[in-house]
Amino acid sequence: MRREVTSAANVNNDSTSASPERAHLFIKGQCVIPYEDVNRDRVNVCVTSRTDCHARCNFYLELRLEMEKMTRVSTVNGRTMFCHLDAPANAISVCRDATQVVVAGRNIFKIYGLEEEGFVERLNLRVGRKPSLNFSCADVMWHQMDENLLATAATNGAVVTWNLARSCRNKQEQLFTEHKRTVNKVCFHPTEVNMLLSGSQDGFMKCFDLRKKESVSTFSGQSESVRDVQFSIKDYFTFAASFENGNVQLWDIRRPDRYERMFTAHTGPVFCCDWHPEDSTFHMHKVLHRGWLATGGRDKMVKVWDMSTNRVKEIYCVQTIASVARVKWRPERRYHLATCSMMVDHNIYVWDVRRPFIPFATFEEHKDVTTGIVWRNQHDPYYLLSGSKDSTLYQHMFKDASRPVDRANPEGLCFGLFGDLAFAAKESLMTAPQSVGDVGRKTYPGGDRRYPIFFFKKPDVTEQFAQVSSALSVFESEAGSSVGMDWFINTAKSYLLSGKPFAELCEHNAQVAKKLNRPQESTTWTMLRIMFSEPANPSLSTNHNLNKSGNLPLVNSFSMKEMSAALNERNKENRQDNLHSLETNLNNNDENEETEGSEGQAEYLFGDAELDDDDLYSMEHDNQAAEEPEYLLPQEAFPLRHEIMDHPSAPEPVQEKPESPHVSGSETESTCLTPMESINLISVSQLLFSPHLPPKFFCPIVKEMLCYYAEQGDVQMAVSVLIVLGDRIRKEIDELTQEHWYMSYIDLLQRFELWNVSNEVIKLSTCGAIMCLNQASTTLHINCSNCKRPMSNKGWICDRCHQCASVCAVCHHVVKGLFVWCQGCSHGGHLEHVMEWLKQSKHCPAGCGHLCEYT
Amino acid sequence: MIICTKNMDYRFGTQCQFVQNQVMVNSEKDRASLLCMKALANRGRLDSVSQQMASHPQYLESFLRTQHYILYMDGPLPLHYRHYIAIMAAARHHCRYLVSLHSAQFLRVDGDPLWLQGLEAAPPRLRHLDHINKVLAHQPWLTARSHIQALLKTGEQCWSLAELVQAVVLLAHCHSLCSFVFGSGSDSDSIPTPRVHHGTPPGYCLCDAANGNTALLPPPAGPTEKAPRRRSLDSSCEVAYLREQIQKSQEEIKERKADRLHSQTLSHADVEEEDEAMFSADPSRFVTDPEFGYQEFARREEDHFQVFRVQDYSWEDHGFSLVNRLYSDIGHLLDERFRNVASLPFPHSPDLKRAIWNYIHCIYGIRYDDYDYGEVNRLLERGLKLYIKAVACYPDSSKTPLCPLSWAHIKASEKVHVNLLVMEARLQAELLYALRAITQYMIA
Repeated sequence: MRREVTSAANVNNDSTSASPERAHLFIKGQCVIPYEDVNRDRVNVCVTSRTDCHARCNFYLELRLEMEKMTRVSTVNGRTMFCHLDAPANAISVCRDATQVVVAGRNIFKIYGLEEEGFVERLNLRVGRKPSLNFSCADVMWHQMDENLLATAATNGAVVTWNLARSCRNKQEQLFTEHKRTVNKVCFHPTEVNMLLSGSQDGFMKCFDLRKKESVSTFSGQSESVRDVQFSIKDYFTFAASFENGNVQLWDIRRPDRYERMFTAHTGPVFCCDWHPEDSTFHMHKVLHRGWLATGGRDKMVKVWDMSTNRVKEIYCVQTIASVARVKWRPERRYHLATCSMMVDHNIYVWDVRRPFIPFATFEEHKDVTTGIVWRNQHDPYYLLSGSKDSTLYQHMFKDASRPVDRANPEGLCFGLFGDLAFAAKESLMTAPQSVGDVGRKTYPGGDRRYPIFFFKKPDVTEQFAQVSSALSVFESEAGSSVGMDWFINTAKSYLLSGKPFAELCEHNAQVAKKLNRPQESTTWTMLRIMFSEPANPSLSTNHNLNKSGNLPLVNSFSMKEMSAALNERNKENRQDNLHSLETNLNNNDENEETEGSEGQAEYLFGDAELDDDDLYSMEHDNQAAEEPEYLLPQEAFPLRHEIMDHPSAPEPVQEKPESPHVSGSETESTCLTPMESINLISVSQLLFSPHLPPKFFCPIVKEMLCYYAEQGDVQMAVSVLIVLGDRIRKEIDELTQEHWYMSYIDLLQRFELWNVSNEVIKLSTCGAIMCLNQASTTLHINCSNCKRPMSNKGWICDRCHQCASVCAVCHHVVKGLFVWCQGCSHGGHLEHVMEWLKQSKHCPAGCGHLCEYT
Repeated sequence: MIICTKNMDYRFGTQCQFVQNQVMVNSEKDRASLLCMKALANRGRLDSVSQQMASHPQYLESFLRTQHYILYMDGPLPLHYRHYIAIMAAARHHCRYLVSLHSAQFLRVDGDPLWLQGLEAAPPRLRHLDHINKVLAHQPWLTARSHIQALLKTGEQCWSLAELVQAVVLLAHCHSLCSFVFGSGSDSDSIPTPRVHHGTPPGYCLCDAANGNTALLPPPAGPTEKAPRRRSLDSSCEVAYLREQIQKSQEEIKERKADRLHSQTLSHADVEEEDEAMFSADPSRFVTDPEFGYQEFARREEDHFQVFRVQDYSWEDHGFSLVNRLYSDIGHLLDERFRNVASLPFPHSPDLKRAIWNYIHCIYGIRYDDYDYGEVNRLLERGLKLYIKAVACYPDSSKTPLCPLSWAHIKASEKVHVNLLVMEARLQAELLYALRAITQYMIA
């Protein structure tokens, strides 16, 4: 109460010092405004003395305080409960002492008592056998000072008041039929007994004095239908109106000629508005304080406007998921408001406007859209009443509300394009930076440097909302680490996909892969070349083959052993990379062992490879020669050897187990290399024979390989191979999968801004869905051929000179395709037309007399 | 400047100048002519619908934009589906003009020519749409949740909600456009010729087929099957009058049929090019249950059809939000259309405009709580009412003769205005019913 008193004094000061005129008016009317007087003789009104004014103001405010005290006392306990109505509700309103609620709709108009155990129907106001449309309510309001007085807005345009004190069954008191269209909203003045305001579809607002038969003033918004009207709580004379065209207007009740202020609040209709009920103590220093206005619109937004400044300022904005039908500030919580939606979404949300991305609380009881919400008591934030189209009336307890925040994931994690990792979490979790760092290191062995990019903290979280501050850290990947994507970019740039014979493409790509230290891919390319190249000389095969196979493996195993030994002795600098590739090797070997015996395809391959391709043969020799002196440089040696000994394995890497990211580097692993290797090699040499096989034979294997790559995340390889192989493999893989690969690859390329490559891929693809990607946004900007200005407009007419651009001299149509013109007279047109024309005539088709030539 | 798009073949012709002249004669603002010129330049010709609407340029702009968006821009349905749905919708009202137009477009966007042989040849998914098409076209108040449910029921041929919404918007758009075409007489005076196979990329809107200068052939014959009688027309005097007219015209049609058949075979022999001859397809092949037509709403009211109350489900509050949610941006485009037509300057009183609008909605069972329907009778002359009713409910030139709008010295642009009102009111009515059914489906 103490707070209230100070505020009263404050308001008093405000009003007197800032606008004596208002205060005077108020006094003269003795809490009832003399409407007509206001307009006609403003001067007269202003004569009253200043002291008198003070006294009156105090009186008025004390009265109000008394009233509020009363309402506070009668707070009742309750629980979440509901009752069925007979018909959908359009609006609800609660009486001052929060003991009764009125529900109004097209076919319902009833008063329910709020008891502890449930709703009790008290009164049915809808009487008569065939009730008139006056009973069909779009809105209802219970007077906040007189508990017997109600007003409804009827869909037929009538404004009706009801007096519950009437003794007969029909409680209708007055009927105003001045509006021509549906009345959307009625609003009693918060402190004035006899003042009622209505807003209608016809674009007018009317103010009624209930002691008179007609409206006392009419306000024309001049901007379409009125959707909501609300008297300001703080400012006696002001009301806000919201309109269908997105405007909100502020009016002074004494000046029906024009609005005081107008601003565009939303795109599309503003369905509702609500003045902030806050205590004025918060803004003691502000003169003429009007506070905040919340508006909700069809554009799915709730906006909070600060009306106290000269320019209306948007201070908060909440984006909801559906159009906002009603908005109501939550009592005693400065930043909270409740909303419900017009369509689709049936929930009621309570938002903290400072945290607009997640509702503070949600009530999910209704099965159809909620049409009316009202806080049960002006000073009790824990009870919310709601009516709905599903014909129920609910009392929601705040403690039963669901809190989406509790279910929301408080951490966020995202990979950047270049392998960076961003991680956001509650501050409390981030207090131990070491552990976080560890986590990062563990998962991403590339070795991360942790530094927080930014750090924000909301000061002073006084209300009960869950903590909203979180910290964001970004972990940068080191250049060249496994997480980085350099290989992808380099590969994309250097691969050749078309323009050369198949074998050369493969060869080139194999080299590229090799250079980038990607032995497996390199081998794959080589294998592909071998498998699908036309056999040159089948008869020569066997000898070579035997020779080779007898020879090579030995070299291999030898060098392998050497290598691993050498590796172990190396210092740790390059450890990771080396071990990585080593492991690949191990895996491949592993898998050789597994598959060799059962399928036997690998052997064919090997044979084939050798005999089919002399080129390869010679190359291998070269490599070997080069390899020998380089024993001590394992990085280079590895891929080379790999290429040779991995021939059998390459086509079926499907069997390969996903590599573990952990590289232990222990010696046990490298020592176990030898036995495996030898088994492998033995089996190879035993089973070797070489019948000739058609390329088609390999298709299933290649298909599996492509799937394998795609699944491993290397969609680049899959697509590149797909394009290079072209018809050789295309039919084996179903369209959708191909399309999927293409899409992923193109998406990746575009993320890395490799536009040229992505375009090439699109061009080379054979899927219809992909090829048409190139057809989108193919706008060509052109200048008008007459006035030389850019033709910004759609179509072929220049906006400035109103002429068709580039008209064919023969047919006078706009040329949209090939345009050919004479260099002598610069007239031209459709290629065919000009050709045809010049067959018959020597002169320019434009009639300029020039003798054009067509060669 | 050489811009190469595709290999195109252009016909010689003076059509360009022809329409240009027309545009110039039309003494409207620059804006209108510019719009037409643009449309014309874009696709080489101007359809008669756009020409008619050109007397209200601000409306024409939003109309073309909407139409372009529905038919060519982002949306869940493939392009050829869209045109086929448009064909289905137009065929409901036997609108040859639109059927041919969309048939041509259908082929141009690589639709399967086989489908044009009739509804039976179309995939079952499209055939499922036939029912809601029929209902929306003639008795939209019958649209129910069950229809939506049936279409969305998961299965091989099911529709997604987004697809369905686009289809519904398309259907409603085309149905109402049929009304406009009928009202403006575009259907009979220029039957598009079937030669439309140059590769102009899809232009600003539907088009091409309304090829003015070759359309000198007599309009091809009416439906080959016996034109159905409407049993259900009731006794209200207007309808009786309409029925008389319909009967009369049907007799005339029958008389003329012989000549027509003759001329048709002739023209077939003339045109007889490629498979495109089927453009002049008989709309009835896309129609099932041709008996189904408009019935007086008032009659049925006592049974079980509730009056649709705008105050409970309005375009601004409910329809817009739903349609925009399921088919993004279409809400704004349609909203703009409705607003534009509402804000067109009407030389007579605004009350008359409202009376026309509400009368059309009333015909379709949509009522406004805040309207006194006595106004309709007071403000609308009988001739005008008849005209509106014919255009809104029986826009079928093969059955209904176009009764001239015998309304006190009406200007051409005013007549177009009335036609626009009919079209938009009808569009909104169908959309409201369809969207309400979808809402009910979503709630259940």
